[in-house]
Amino acid sequence: MRWTNWSLAVVVAGGLCGLQSAAQQAPSAPTAPPPRFVVVLDAAHGGTDTGGRLADGQLEKTSTLALSVRLRSLLGARGIQVVTTRESDATVDPNRRAEIANHAQAQACLSLHVSESGAGIHLYTSSLTPSQPVRFAAWKTAQAAWVTRSLALAGTLNSALLQAGMTVTLGRTSLPVVDSMTCPAVAVEIAPELGPDKKVVAELDDPDYQARVATALAAALLEWRTGAHP
Amino acid sequence: MIPRHQKLLFGILLLASLIMGVTLWHLRERAHQRLLAGQNSAPTSAPEVAPAEEATLLVANDSDNSLLTQARSLPLPADPGARARAVLGKLLDLYADPDAAHPVPGGGASVLQVFLLPVPEIAATKPAGASSPEQQTSPQLAVVNLMGSFAANHPSGIETETLTVLSICGTLHANLPRVTQVRFLVDGQPRATLAGHADLTRTYLAADAVPAEGAHP
Repeated sequence: MRWTNWSLAVVVAGGLCGLQSAAQQAPSAPTAPPPRFVVVLDAAHGGTDTGGRLADGQLEKTSTLALSVRLRSLLGARGIQVVTTRESDATVDPNRRAEIANHAQAQACLSLHVSESGAGIHLYTSSLTPSQPVRFAAWKTAQAAWVTRSLALAGTLNSALLQAGMTVTLGRTSLPVVDSMTCPAVAVEIAPELGPDKKVVAELDDPDYQARVATALAAALLEWRTGAHP
Repeated sequence: MIPRHQKLLFGILLLASLIMGVTLWHLRERAHQRLLAGQNSAPTSAPEVAPAEEATLLVANDSDNSLLTQARSLPLPADPGARARAVLGKLLDLYADPDAAHPVPGGGASVLQVFLLPVPEIAATKPAGASSPEQQTSPQLAVVNLMGSFAANHPSGIETETLTVLSICGTLHANLPRVTQVRFLVDGQPRATLAGHADLTRTYLAADAVPAEGAHP
């Protein structure tokens, strides 16, 4: 019995010493998990919602999914966690898309679109008036508290795309999916690239053009991660 | 042997038939002439129901995502609702041009009606009989009822749909300054989006769509 008590005392003392030393070492230990950085990619349309019809006969839903897959691979290779709203040609309700984005508690949400209208890359943020965050936000205007951050994200995307030599148009609009997202959210719409003489130099189905856009967006999100988690 | 009085009766009846035939032919000719005369007097050009006035249109341009202010002279009715419809009709006529910078098929006939109503919040705070001077300056909500074929044939895309919505809102506000809010119906029914992107269920603030000259919305 005495041996047992002694051994118990030694074990407790040893444990306390161990805890003390661990507490002393904690600030310098590299065991702290890296900050969580999640990006939501929303490939617009899908299933019965075909989106726009592109010049080559392709549907917008197919192009957005292809872009989402390509961008997800690029971001995954750079160690960024990606959540997508769809992985196949499935019909996903706009509210469900916003739900997925909101549950992910992402640091950036991109709604991907493709259009034959206009030129270059169109970056759209919500046209809601910026407001202070509230505990319970209205579903249709939940993005209002995030508009300022969304504008900053659009600025980062704009810089990266311009650096990649693309034409960028910035604007504000009212998209049902984006207006319900509680994250920095930008709708990215890709249109054909026009030259100085207003003639098309890169069609939407040009693999090189798609790759350049995806690479520039990935670079922008990497930069955004640095800014969001210095 | 036919009796004499029957021969006489037959002759009278034959004569009467001939006279009636001639009279009918004559009446038919007169009716035909009257019909032709009526056709000739039909108007060959639409009457101008109102004097031409200068209207301000906010015309969209897809290539640089801009709304450009243009002044156009067109007959504008005195009634504000009809005036709004005429102005929007002219705007959509410009978009229906194949060489338009913002091509949208449909034209002016795509605007079925424009209803002008008091802004709901203000209307709710006013007593039912409230009247005149305040009513003439109070803000209005314009409800634009578009034709289903216009929405069905509208090019799909965030930029093009946003420009259409904003140019309609801005044009309404530029010509009817009391219009501060705009809502949309399609064939009299609410519709989620114009062509898959721009939200048509919300109330748009018209003033937000009026940019500086050539500025992006």
